[in-house]
Amino acid sequence: MTPHWKKSAGAIAREVAAQPGTASAVLEAHLERISAWDPSVHALLARDEQGARAKAKAARGGPLAGVPFVAKDNLCTRGVPTTCGSKILEPYVPPYDATVIARLAAAGAVLVAKANCDEFAMGSSTENSAFGTSRNPYDLTRVPGGSSGGSAVATATGMAAFALGSETGGSVRQPASFTNLVGLKPTYGRLSRYGLVAFGSSLDQIGIFARTVADCALVFAVAAGPDENDMTTRPDGAFSLDGLDLSPGAGKGLTVGVPRNILKEGLDPEVAAAQVAAEEALGRAGVRVKEVHLVPPAACVATYYLIATAEASSNLARFDGVRYGYRASDATDLLALYTKTRGRGFGPEVTRRILLGTFALSAGYYDAYYRLALQARRRIREDLAAALDGVDALLLPTSPTPPFAIGEKAQDPLAMYLSDIFTIGANLAGVPALNVPCSFTGSGLPIGVQLVGAAAAEGTLFRLGAALEGAIGGERRWPELPS
Amino acid sequence: MAIDKDTVRHVALLARLELSEEELERYARELSAVLDYVTQLRDLGLAEEEPLAYVNDAFPPAREDRARPSPISRAEALSQAPASDGTYFLVPPVVEYLEP
Repeated sequence: MTPHWKKSAGAIAREVAAQPGTASAVLEAHLERISAWDPSVHALLARDEQGARAKAKAARGGPLAGVPFVAKDNLCTRGVPTTCGSKILEPYVPPYDATVIARLAAAGAVLVAKANCDEFAMGSSTENSAFGTSRNPYDLTRVPGGSSGGSAVATATGMAAFALGSETGGSVRQPASFTNLVGLKPTYGRLSRYGLVAFGSSLDQIGIFARTVADCALVFAVAAGPDENDMTTRPDGAFSLDGLDLSPGAGKGLTVGVPRNILKEGLDPEVAAAQVAAEEALGRAGVRVKEVHLVPPAACVATYYLIATAEASSNLARFDGVRYGYRASDATDLLALYTKTRGRGFGPEVTRRILLGTFALSAGYYDAYYRLALQARRRIREDLAAALDGVDALLLPTSPTPPFAIGEKAQDPLAMYLSDIFTIGANLAGVPALNVPCSFTGSGLPIGVQLVGAAAAEGTLFRLGAALEGAIGGERRWPELPS
Repeated sequence: MAIDKDTVRHVALLARLELSEEELERYARELSAVLDYVTQLRDLGLAEEEPLAYVNDAFPPAREDRARPSPISRAEALSQAPASDGTYFLVPPVVEYLEP
């Protein structure tokens, strides 16, 4: 019999709906996985076993009845500490739930814990968390990716059936590719961000980690749709599973575009081989593969680090030691209260980005940097739209390398920024993108590829993702529990 | 573009961040490297391009402006404050108190 922690979210929900008593056993199986795995991988921050047990006991029906999940620690959860991986929010216990958390709960899902992340979602490895680095379950000396690394690790190890993360520049897709998971960055405005702690508001989207495309689509259908509390949600943002074909033949007749001009250099050879394997697999599934052209992605990285930091410098002004979180105890005037609280509360990467963003927006530099980046953003969006014209999605690697070693890029901010080189374009353009597991390196590290579509094309991405999943096939390769 | 320690000091004050001399030096070095990298955008010939600040072409229609009761009580809202008196958030004196 399949252990509960190996089951898909869809399978758990069906079993619980048929037999409500099983939700508690399902939860206990996942809690056991947490006890066994988390000391080695440090995926989780605050846990809520008590709340989870009560919810499992009460689980009756709903599309996610009794399904255990974890949420990145930048999503507000009523009564459960929310730190964003930062000392400046220690302690902070939100008095309300984020809209996505409330929607999942209403569908029967069971929040088990909060997941570790880079501080305020700024990073690509979780090494910027103030509470320690998460580790890749496929190789404990390597990073799980970031910033939503803890969410990825929890899903990959069976601590949770799925997880929520967030993306500003690739923070769901990159860790998904590093941990053998499906990872969705939805169209800008399809998931409400009410209760998501803001980083770069014109870029931020909540994302979903799952072990299968079908589970990802299921969670997306529950969570998506307009929200009165987030005026950036799209009025037509809801997503329905009705008529969605996720069979291995679902991609037949569709076309993907491969931007070969940007894949010629800087690509790890095993990642390049995975890209070829993905193209061949889709070909076997009846998908046409066509060559397209994109602007060099280095321009995306440059644009992103001006826009995201400018927005962050403004968003993070709210952490001032007055309404919540940490306050420096030795400040005797208001200015010192701000500067000491923020100087001590924020870690180095967050400080670096606030400084860069403040600089890019400051008098005398605004036109040379911030405005220039906004002009580049329009060019990038138009370029992506042109590449998507005549194809159903783009297919390209998610990360230029397999998971890198802990510490390898921690001292070189620019090298770390470049690990997002292939993911950032979708965030700048506001379009959806889906990481799908593809293969493993010779040493057993996961490699994913991504499908990037036009705005609101999640359904097409799911179809293509299911086609790829089906064509690659085989048993899931779970990470081995360290002895 | 290289930025110096004094520029970082000025920006840190704007951003309300207290930094040590050593940190100012380190951030000047690191930020200069990033600013060098972003100057590649000047080669894209963007002078005629209209800036794009928001990806959706239209903002959603404005909702009706009506008051709703807050789901959060005053006590809950104040419960996370480092200092409060039960009615207000407390901060150090903002204006000097002068004897009348």
